[in-house]
Amino acid sequence: MCLAIPALIKSINGKEAEAEIGGIGRRVSLWLTPEAKVGDYVLIHTGYAINVLDQEEALETLRLLEELSEVY
Amino acid sequence: MRFIDEFRRSDLAQKLIARIKQKALSPARFMEFCGGHTVAIFKFGIRQLLPPTIDMLSGPGCPVCVTDNSDLDKAIALAQLPDVIAATFGDMLKVPGSHSSLQKAKAEGADVRIVYSTMDALQIARENPSQSVVFIGIGFETTAPTIAASVLQAGQEKLDNYYVLSLHKLTPPVIKALLDSGEVKLDGIVCPGHVSTIIGSSPWEFVARDYGIACAVSGFEPIDILLSIEMLVSQVEDKAPKVDIAYRRSVRPDGNRRALELMDTVFEPCPARWRGMGLLPDSGLRFRKEFERFDAELAFDIDPGPTYEPKGCICGHILRGVKTPMDCELFAKLCTPEHPVGPCMVSSEGSCSAYYLYGAAYEP
Ligand code: SF4
Repeated sequence: MCLAIPALIKSINGKEAEAEIGGIGRRVSLWLTPEAKVGDYVLIHTGYAINVLDQEEALETLRLLEELSEVY
Repeated sequence: MRFIDEFRRSDLAQKLIARIKQKALSPARFMEFCGGHTVAIFKFGIRQLLPPTIDMLSGPGCPVCVTDNSDLDKAIALAQLPDVIAATFGDMLKVPGSHSSLQKAKAEGADVRIVYSTMDALQIARENPSQSVVFIGIGFETTAPTIAASVLQAGQEKLDNYYVLSLHKLTPPVIKALLDSGEVKLDGIVCPGHVSTIIGSSPWEFVARDYGIACAVSGFEPIDILLSIEMLVSQVEDKAPKVDIAYRRSVRPDGNRRALELMDTVFEPCPARWRGMGLLPDSGLRFRKEFERFDAELAFDIDPGPTYEPKGCICGHILRGVKTPMDCELFAKLCTPEHPVGPCMVSSEGSCSAYYLYGAAYEP
């Protein structure tokens, strides 16, 4: 029910955007994320972008996990 | 970075599993709050990868499942009114109320339409000005802001035939109620990732502070879940409960301010009835005075009749974490996804449905 999936913003028209999920275009509302820009990844929940995903944080999480291995 | 495949990398999963196995020395019981986490844990076979010291338990995090029968009856009664179009998320269609379901009502002639988004419900309202469109508003804090946005948009467009039945539920109060009941002893909670995307991680701090229970906010990919379990194990072993975030790309301590603002503009907290848990204070949302004209309960006169619980169904106990679907005598016999007796078998994120689809063999 709280399912949300990452989508890439392709174009923005007012409070709506055209986003791409796995190659498929979808209209999404930006009511909850007015800061979203073209090229951002957002999380889509029931047709609304509920936040802009943070690429830096994603890379940082992966980097920390990669380093984990060196402990062993 | 596509935000999916990267968080399914098996090399990283291996490392996390090795680390969890090495660290998890004392027995610990963790609850995953979200139905979405339950499904992901089954789907990726995570339970079998964990050391025997770790016991995973499913929680009440399925909005469809926790909706009380009296509220389902209201939704069905609204759908049965003439000149009403009931718009609902697909998950709600088959859920049995006391006497009927939205699906049965539809088969009997009620105008029930499945929508993917409240945006679709608004479109139905625009296209049918002579009818009333009632959106069946269920969901946690993830969904409530999207419904609030639809109400604000309807207001702006002067769509005066759009209504919402507000059955929203708030998650921190139910966790508090679970912990206060003392029925289930937990060492850690895998906190909801998308609820926390909206409300932030800080609303969970009371769990660590007041109850000494470890918390980790998790995403829904295998790496996210393993990382959150690793964080819980570390907190337990170090005897230092706190709120860790294993889903930093999405969750910040203060959440999505804009979404919280919209939710707060339209709704205010109110007592709400939870299946299996009864009436919990400040755990639901009702319309604020200025937005009461959108409230379907006030706008329409309905009499849903007396409420009955499905006989033999133990969903209420399962939602509280005190029983599992395997304890239900109807499970996989009289109750299946095709012929569900209770909501936990209907919802794709219900525990009974997850056990049914992914095999009861996972039962520890
Ligand atoms: S198996 Fe069916 S009847 Fe039993 S608790 Fe689950 S939903 Fe209810």
